[in-house]
Amino acid sequence: MTDRALAVVRAGVLTTVQDRGRPGHAHLGVPRSGALDGPAAALVNRLVGNRPEAAVLETTLNGCTLRPRSTVTVAVAGAPCPVTVDGRPAAWGAPVRVPAGSLLDIGAAVHGVRSYVGLSGGVAVEPVLGSRSTDLLSGLGPPPLTDDAVLPLGPPGELHARVDVAPQPAPPAELVLRVSLGPRDDWFTPEALRAFTARTFRVSSASNRIGLRTEGPALERALTGELASEGMVLGAVQVPPDGRPVVFLADHPTTGGYPVIAVVRTADLPAVAQAVPGTPIRFVAVRRR
Amino acid sequence: MRALPVGDGALLVEVASGDEAQALHAELVRRRAAGLLTVREIVPAARTVLLDGVHDPGRLASELAASEIPSTPPRHEDVLDVPIRYDGPDLADVAAHWGVAEQEVARIHAGTEFRVAFCGFAPGFGYLTGLPARYDVPRRATPRTRVPAGSVGLAGPYTGVYPRSSPGGWQLIGTTDAVLWDHARVPAALLSPGTRVRFVRVGRS
Repeated sequence: MTDRALAVVRAGVLTTVQDRGRPGHAHLGVPRSGALDGPAAALVNRLVGNRPEAAVLETTLNGCTLRPRSTVTVAVAGAPCPVTVDGRPAAWGAPVRVPAGSLLDIGAAVHGVRSYVGLSGGVAVEPVLGSRSTDLLSGLGPPPLTDDAVLPLGPPGELHARVDVAPQPAPPAELVLRVSLGPRDDWFTPEALRAFTARTFRVSSASNRIGLRTEGPALERALTGELASEGMVLGAVQVPPDGRPVVFLADHPTTGGYPVIAVVRTADLPAVAQAVPGTPIRFVAVRRR
Repeated sequence: MRALPVGDGALLVEVASGDEAQALHAELVRRRAAGLLTVREIVPAARTVLLDGVHDPGRLASELAASEIPSTPPRHEDVLDVPIRYDGPDLADVAAHWGVAEQEVARIHAGTEFRVAFCGFAPGFGYLTGLPARYDVPRRATPRTRVPAGSVGLAGPYTGVYPRSSPGGWQLIGTTDAVLWDHARVPAALLSPGTRVRFVRVGRS
């Protein structure tokens, strides 16, 4: 019987375990969490024959190095990066068989931010409220990977990979985010509302899994009072007192007290996960469907 | 009542008071349990209830506008007793805000029945209402970098208990040994919206 586990040789700056998150508990103050680039996480699971809910690894900028203790099928997608097995180049965006004990290196992202590592059987850490996702805001789920950590892997499933390779969107040179205005757009001056959709913002290096922070024009409020804390959704564009919009991502707080000027379409959020600091952002107001 | 669309799949329902928000939340939870409402999240807050994961927010808004919503929340039968020692470092400041002697803070607080209005800030952190408005207190001018788990604090109209150690700006009046959050327990959260709570003094304070 082989040991279904994975030794972490190099954790990288921030590598976390992610699945589809734990929606449904926001009323208890529990963020949804889950992979920021959901389509990329779903793709690596398909490539290795996992069910879509299997947990994968999400790297940040500089990848990670792993040594599986049993032979696994691995697929890497999301941010393009070099992949090697025992120093030999291996495919990115396609299933790769990694023999037990060999060294799998996920290199630094060539474009984009987050690469996803799917492993046959999935990462089998203990679920918390139905999810294995690391939530950096609340601390639920497994801690981010550390050097020398060992992660359990699940038994390889019955599913067979239905794809060999799959087309993926390239990381964005410019983020064009479609937004529906509101619910608190009336808290802003007409000039601020114009600037929000007419000016260009840039991705701030302070962005993380909680929110995409922006640099650019400060949006001025028409109302200066304090907004009572209210429920927040994924993609909400909250404007804190400094006037710089923050787009809420998977680990966002469930309630917040700053006005939400608009909400980004969910379909546009995976691209946000791959936007490097400095990437230009345009918010485009669209009519509600 | 005003229903504001939030993106393509959510609705933020705004009402006039905290009581109405609690009543609306209870009613929406009841409708979901009865199969009358399909929604992923029902998130109450101070003056609003957020409905997230709604198929047709526009239609739901019209339905809500046309339907009868109670203005006061139903009272649950059970009251949860939370043991407390009134030994917080901000007792004197709170007594000064309230204009009462320090030992009176404990008497008034322990003599009040609270209700969890909503949760947020951290898993298992409840915002409890029940104190009369004259006992509202501001947050501390400088938040503490570390508030120990189990600390009981006041801010604005709310009482809250820190489920785990974290930074915080609430005025700390006491400590509890109750476990507010344990994800291995079912339910994980000791406090959820609607729970009735009484603080019961233990030991010396």
